[in-house]
Amino acid sequence: MRILRLVLRRLSLSIPCLGIILAVLFFLLQLAPGDAVDALIGQMGTSDDTLSKLLRSYYGLDGSVVAQFTGYLGRLVTLDLGLSVAYGTPVLALILERLPVTVVLMVTSMAMAFTAGCVVGVIAARYVHRWPDTIISVLGMLVYSMPSFWFGLMAIVLFAVTLGWLPAGGISDLRAGHTGLALMLDMAKHLVMPALTLGLIFFAVYLRVMRTAMLEVMTLDFMRTARAKGLQERAVLFRHALRNALLPMVTIAGLQASSMLGGAVVVESVFSLPGLGRLAQEAVVQRDLNMLLGITVMSSVLVIVVNLVIDIIYAKLDPRIDVGA
Amino acid sequence: MTALLSIENLSIALPRGADREHAAKHVSFSIDRGEVFCVVGESGSGKSLTAAAILGLLPPGVRASAGRILFEGQDLLTLSLPELRRISGKRIGMVFQDPMTALNPLHTVGSQVAEVFRIHTTLDRAEIADRVLDLLETMRLPEPRQIARAYPHELSGGQRQRCVIAMAMALEPALLIADEPTTALDVTTQAQILALIRDLQARRGMGVMFITHDFGVVAEVATRIAVMRQGEVVEQGDAQAILNQPRHPYSQALIAAMPALRPPPYQPSSAAPVLRVEGVHKTYRRRGRTVAALKDVSLTLRRGTTLGVVGESGSGKSTLARCLVKLVEPEQGAIRVLETDITRLSGSAWRAQTGRIQMVFQDPFTSLNPRRRVGDLVTQGIAMRGVRGADLKERARDLFRLVGLDPAAIDRFPHEFSGGQRQRIGLARALALEPDVLVADEPVSALDLSVQAQVLDLLAGLRRKLGLSMVFITHDLRVAAQVCDRVAIMQRGEVVEEGPAETLLTAPSHPYSRELLAAVPGRGWAGGA
Repeated sequence: MRILRLVLRRLSLSIPCLGIILAVLFFLLQLAPGDAVDALIGQMGTSDDTLSKLLRSYYGLDGSVVAQFTGYLGRLVTLDLGLSVAYGTPVLALILERLPVTVVLMVTSMAMAFTAGCVVGVIAARYVHRWPDTIISVLGMLVYSMPSFWFGLMAIVLFAVTLGWLPAGGISDLRAGHTGLALMLDMAKHLVMPALTLGLIFFAVYLRVMRTAMLEVMTLDFMRTARAKGLQERAVLFRHALRNALLPMVTIAGLQASSMLGGAVVVESVFSLPGLGRLAQEAVVQRDLNMLLGITVMSSVLVIVVNLVIDIIYAKLDPRIDVGA
Repeated sequence: MTALLSIENLSIALPRGADREHAAKHVSFSIDRGEVFCVVGESGSGKSLTAAAILGLLPPGVRASAGRILFEGQDLLTLSLPELRRISGKRIGMVFQDPMTALNPLHTVGSQVAEVFRIHTTLDRAEIADRVLDLLETMRLPEPRQIARAYPHELSGGQRQRCVIAMAMALEPALLIADEPTTALDVTTQAQILALIRDLQARRGMGVMFITHDFGVVAEVATRIAVMRQGEVVEQGDAQAILNQPRHPYSQALIAAMPALRPPPYQPSSAAPVLRVEGVHKTYRRRGRTVAALKDVSLTLRRGTTLGVVGESGSGKSTLARCLVKLVEPEQGAIRVLETDITRLSGSAWRAQTGRIQMVFQDPFTSLNPRRRVGDLVTQGIAMRGVRGADLKERARDLFRLVGLDPAAIDRFPHEFSGGQRQRIGLARALALEPDVLVADEPVSALDLSVQAQVLDLLAGLRRKLGLSMVFITHDLRVAAQVCDRVAIMQRGEVVEEGPAETLLTAPSHPYSRELLAAVPGRGWAGGA
């Protein structure tokens, strides 16, 4: 009941938020000179006025900006994201085709970064100011300060080119023609390096947050109560400290879901993965407004969903969260 | 027969760079079964660290450097941590100061109490659940089933402390260590918890080590006492002997610093009212619930007198203080300083009048901006009225002299001062604008007893010298008896009784006032002045 109220409240806030994002992006794109038809005509190498007029009315680009926007919103309600100018196919179909790759990439790297960050952060806090902590902190700083694309490139050089353990790019080996389980294994193999590359920077962040949160929790009074009860040190750590330290971790994870989407664009480029990020990049180059808006809607929804999940986890973890306030 | 717990020559070393080398030096005392042994001292006396050393709960970097802690004949200092933990919670229970933070906020209190059984016994789930409910009932908690399912934030301070005590008492330990168990509680709750501890102690015949700074509490519970100062036991012995004939000068000073519950004879004032609170209402809305913080509160403060506002937490006394300085806007009623109703003043008009009513805050550690020099903090209000440069510095020095601080210290930062000194700075800041009315919200409750006595003396002196009119908010009837001419007692947003301190603190008529007075610890003891 508490959770349900939370979900409803968050959703009711998300919808206006989504509207504002769309409006800002829509009018921002109008400010750029030229539209998709200009780009298309440019590619064709003609300058026929009647043709461009025809194309504009076909893609619904001939009305006023406001009319175009309200039309777009109207269609959005029926999940119609319009036609892609560049591909000539429905935007929704294109996005749905690319979405799974991005989602899988994001979820796996987030899960890896979060888990590894927790474990290593706890170890660092347990041995604070001793050698394990120092080594972990230095490594964390090193990873954090390296750009992810560089890390990806180096991983390709080492694991794909030199050692030949993992494929250098793409989502599956088309030549092998795998199906079923073999295809899934193949895709997993293709995703190892991208997910690691994307996760690594976030891992460094989680590690620091976890270490700080654990150190903070360990100074709290109830830790002393737990020890006075006779709990052994390991149990004190796991039963009382860990869950409390997870609270800031979960908050950070929610905040970083969106920046992870941004990071996915870079990683998809490096590993030539057919994901949402690559699609967005192409849409910008081709002035494919419908496509760009569609991707924005989709990624906003994605971020909203991730944050909703985070909020639910948070409310599950912390009974003090008052969902009514 | 050997003592239950005997501490022999215990020294606790502080990490290098601390303000002193040892938190405790050559501490020796012993506690028998069936007695309540009080360790009394001010902050920094080493009393809490001594207790922490018993169960190996010293903070990182702090360690017992010499001596022995013999419990049932075994030296606890020689045990490994896992061995010590097998005794903790089973043979020795511990209760801490702040029930708000002593419980894990993410687990139900039932599961936290049950944890003790899970650690030390082989009982199954159902048996543990039964034992927990029995235990909560023994702690006189209403509706034990509901309490067990509740999270700490859903309980009151007193209920939480009962749960912490339940945890400590779960396996009927031979020794209970209670570190300031009632300091964070309201006075009536404190009385109940003290009664509970005394009762459990008598029934189970365990030994209790009771750590406190409050001689009133000592007088309520102690059979024997050790007085500590700066890591050393300066005096120990039979409770009655020390309470009534302390031999060591420090014990004498501490007991003398304890405000007596006897107010001086009432001198009626015929001076004109300087502050009138008329029918003030304030309601807070939270989560759809409305809480009446102030219900039709009316009070009058005459020039040159002190009006005490006494109540427990949630009584509305702090809301009242905030209304007086316009930090909170009441919905109804008037607050007149001389003839101006400040509730009707808007932004700029109020800013021109702020000098007429000023406030001293409770916490001397958080109420001063740590990034500004204390001289600037004190004279900020004067500076806003156009005083500049050398004149301003001179005013700051004057104000420092007035509150008994070294005038040369105006260029320092707040962290360089002790709690008592900071409260003096807060007082200087409030007095800088020569207010008609001074509102003091629990100005001494965060201070040690001896420092509290000094600040109260300072207030009394300033009152004579400057003819201050003061609203003094406190939860402590002893302090109220010392400083107030008249006292208003508040309960749940209402003033239940108002009158001269002398009558109210000796023969109150309202049942709640009587309850409050009866709950003051050590009331039967003639101690203090």
